[in-house]
Order: sequence, then structure tokens, then C-alpha cells
Amino acid sequence: MTALLDALRDQFPVLDQTVHGKRLVYLDNAATVQRPLPVLHAMDTFYRESNANVHRGVHLLSQRATDQFEAARVTISRFINARFSHEIIFTKGCTEAINLVAHSWGGANLRPGDEVLLSHGEHHANIVPWQLIAERTGAVIRPIPLHDSGELDLEALRAMLSDRVKLVGVKHVCNALGTIHPIEEIVRMAKSVGALVLVDGAQSLANVDVDVQALGVDFYSMSGHKAYGPMGVGALYGREELLNAMPPYQGGGDMIRTVSFEKTTFNDLPNKFEPGTPNVAGVIGLAAALDWVAGLDSASIKAHKQSLLDHATEELNRIEGVKIIGTAAQKAPVVSFVTDFAHPHDLGTIFDQHGVAIRAGHHCCMPLMKRFGVPGTARASFAVYNTNQDIIVLIEALRAAREIFA
Amino acid sequence: MNLNELYQEVILDHGRKPRNFRLLPMATHTAEGHNPLCGDQIHLMLSVRNGTIEEATFDGCGCAISTASASLMTEAIKGQKVEDAEVLFRQFQEAIVANGDTEPLGVLECLIGVKEYPTRVKCATLAWHALRAALESEEKSATISTETGEVIPHA
Ligand SMILES: Cc1ncc(COP(=O)(O)O)c(C=O)c1O
Repeated sequence: MTALLDALRDQFPVLDQTVHGKRLVYLDNAATVQRPLPVLHAMDTFYRESNANVHRGVHLLSQRATDQFEAARVTISRFINARFSHEIIFTKGCTEAINLVAHSWGGANLRPGDEVLLSHGEHHANIVPWQLIAERTGAVIRPIPLHDSGELDLEALRAMLSDRVKLVGVKHVCNALGTIHPIEEIVRMAKSVGALVLVDGAQSLANVDVDVQALGVDFYSMSGHKAYGPMGVGALYGREELLNAMPPYQGGGDMIRTVSFEKTTFNDLPNKFEPGTPNVAGVIGLAAALDWVAGLDSASIKAHKQSLLDHATEELNRIEGVKIIGTAAQKAPVVSFVTDFAHPHDLGTIFDQHGVAIRAGHHCCMPLMKRFGVPGTARASFAVYNTNQDIIVLIEALRAAREIFA
Repeated sequence: MNLNELYQEVILDHGRKPRNFRLLPMATHTAEGHNPLCGDQIHLMLSVRNGTIEEATFDGCGCAISTASASLMTEAIKGQKVEDAEVLFRQFQEAIVANGDTEPLGVLECLIGVKEYPTRVKCATLAWHALRAALESEEKSATISTETGEVIPHA
């Protein structure tokens, strides 16, 4: 494992630096992970050798760019086992993917009194778009309660289901607490009343295996920058028949078949939902990232991340006055905690001086923080390149904070 | 600058045991200060009579820096004329962004160290922006956010 890890870390030049005179210990991976060399290389090569607009030139470079762009779509559709590559719509991130569903599907299908059930732990990205659309359509949003462990209360969900429920939205992996939610079971329950299921998969591609057909989801939103890919790119998976029936979300070039001032006809999938010039280099970078992830030895990576999570959990539990929030049985490598001696924000500053980058705050999950009665947490989240030594430095920094405050 | 200069004893003390940390039922001016980036929230309450701030209290939750800053600020403005509190607001604001020398601020100097930590400056200024909002607003209560700095009077 050590040799493998060293080789892995070499792929991430950004990790090789000091901050405030200390070795950088990057534990803010749930906010964004770093990119390995093959991703940087793929994007650089695109700009050096193939840069041209897609879907519109008759010249060679445009053809090359279009081929690479569409090949990336195939890569992503295979990665999550979609039936068709045109079920993948490129967006600027997970947030835009959810907005697309809320505005296009929700705007066309929600009626007054219809219900959208969202887990109490959702990211603001999977709450606010629904609130905007609920205001317009008269639909009602209801939060699905969580257990104290951070797990979804499935019994409560069962009791909330009725034929008024049109959509259930839940994240696959919780960015704030690490909880991995049982998507298959949630889908089964939702289907029993004919509701659709949207899964916020922002944290998924780097952390769990995703098979959209096996999961049975209707929509799955993804983020590139949390999956070793670039920022500013993400994707929506939607079942073909749903996407076909949905009205366009934004208008512009490329998404049309014919335009006249009297009547415009729209293009087929996926172009119908991709107006304007897309982030071509970003999409190519994302495909390179997924190829890179797919090339890792998945069993040993899983074991490594589990051991980081176990190690961090054990060490944190040993420090008096530290409480871990989120104790689900199934977790991604994320530990969120509060202390009785320092506010998360102060911990963040002290950790930074030790070279340790963590996130302190509400993690864009204010209702979740309220549910647990905390203003925010300190969160350490791990990626493939993190080591046990990183956790030792984290714990030293926490002890130093305790020294200052206690 | 090391951490001990940021987290001086005065700040730790006011962070742990904030002064004037209570509700003020007789408040004539109140303001809610939010830092949406970290979730810090401060509710500032003032009782102003004949141009003098007779009482200043706060509650809410925040980090050591924002709590200490609010605590020290309420101590500093209590008994002051409104104009003097406004001058103090400006001097504090200048000191925390300036590179060179500024007016001496007495005990409040301990907060100026945060300027070495750009991500934390908003923690130190949150209560002060709430003060300005409370005093300037025509309404009895106002809300400010560190991300806009604008005063949004309550309807
Ligand atoms: C669970 C979850 N949903 C949505 C988002 C937003 O994703 P993006 O940054 O790709 O828009 C994030 C990222 O912070 C997230 O963690």
C-alpha cells in the first residue's frame, strides 16, 4: 500500500508544497478534491492540439473537439452504467444539474398540493431550486427526518409517502457527515407511490460505485470537481423517456433544430439541454478523471479510505471534549466534529497554521446543522492520496487548539 | 504573527465569558448580523436615550473572534454618545484594514491582529457592522450580512 500511495501522491503536484511553513495536509476533499496529472494533461493537450468549438465547424479541429467531447459523454455514461450516452447532459456542476430538473421537470409537472420530499440533510443545492419552483407551482416541500446517526428515517419516509408525492430527493453521500444513504431502498419505496427519485450524487463518483440502472434512479446529478475532475463541469443523468418529455431549461444555440420568429423546434437529446458553447476542456478533463479513477485498484483504495476513516474516528473519539456528528454504519471518509472548547471557525484557523486544510461551517447544509443543534462543524474529508501521517498532524493540531482554548 | 497573538488572553477571556451577553427587552435599536459563509449570527440590542447609548447587549452564536469582538464593542460603546460610537466604528474599521498607523484604540487593539488572517476579518467586524446598521436604520430592527454589508431594514 505504501508504494502504491507514494506513486499516487506523485500524481498530485499541488500536494507538494508547504503552507505557513508546514507540509500541506489537504483534508478538504468534500469541498473539492485535487486533480491528478492525467487530468491536467488531458485539458492542456486539448487546448494545445484540438481547441475548436464543438458541433458547428466543418473543419478538422472542430471535428476533433466534437469527437473528444462526445467520447467523454460515453465515458461518463459507462462509468455510471446509463443505458444511453444521450442520457448524460453536461452542466456546469451538480447545482446546475439539479436546477435543470427542478425548473424543467418540476415546472412542467408539479401542481398545487403536489409534494416533493427532501431529506433533512440535503445540500442547499437540492433545497433552494425546489423552493423556487414550489413558489411558482404551488407544490409543497417536506423534509424527511434523520436519525441521530445521520441516517435517513426510512419508517418516517414510508409514512410520508402518498399519491401526492411526485418526487423524492436525497443525496447519495452526505458531504457534511459522510452518511451513505440506501438509495435502492429509497427508490423502491418511492416507486410504490409512483414518485420519481432524484439523487444528488455530487460526492459519489469519487466515493461509491454508481450504477444508475441497478439503483433505479430517475435523475442523478454529478459534480466533476469532487471526482478528481475540473471545476465548472458536472452532469445530469436522466432516464431517456423523462428527458424527452421535459421542456428545455435554457434556450440558445445548439439546442434547436430550426429557429424562426414564428416557431422554433428543438434538438434531440442531449443537445436539447445543452445550449451555448459548453466547457469542452472541462468535459474532457472529467472523462480523464473518471478513466483515472477506473484505473485504480478499487478494492485496495476502498480499504485505504475505510482505514483512514476508522483511524480518524478513533483518534478524535480519544480526545476529551470532541464529539463526532454523523455516526452512520455506512460512511464515506468524512469526519465532522464539534468540540466543547473551540468554535469550528477557530479550529479552522489554528489547523491552517499547522498546514491542515479543513472546512469549518455549515457545509451548505443549514437545516442539517439545525437538526443536530450545532452552528456548524469542523470537517475533515479524505481522498485517495491522504495518509495516516495526515491524520496524526490533524490530531496534533487539534491538541494545540485545545491547549489554546481549554 | 503567531497564533498566540491572534488568540490573546483578552480575546480568549471575552470569547469564553462574553460581557453584556443577554437580551435587552427595552431596546430601542436592534440589528441582526449574519456571516453567511460560516453561519455566525449576532443579535445586537441598544437602548438609546437623548443621543446616548445607555445599554448595549448581544446574543447569538459565533466563533471566539466574533464573540469577543461583540463583547468588547458593547463595553466600549456603553455610555457613549451615538456620534462617538460612530467615530469608533470608523476608526475600528480603518484599523482593521489599514497597513500603516491608525488611531489608538485602547483595549480594542487586541482585535486588530486579525488583519493578518484575511479569512477572519469578517468575524471581527460582524458586530461593528451590526452596530452601524442598528444606529442608521430608520426602523427599530435591521439585518446586515458580511457578504453585502448593506443595511436591509425590516418591513
Ligand atoms: C452534496 C452536494 N450537493 C451539491 C453540491 C454542489 O455541487 P457543485 O459544486 O458541483 O455545483 C455539493 C458541493 O458542495 C455537494 O456536496
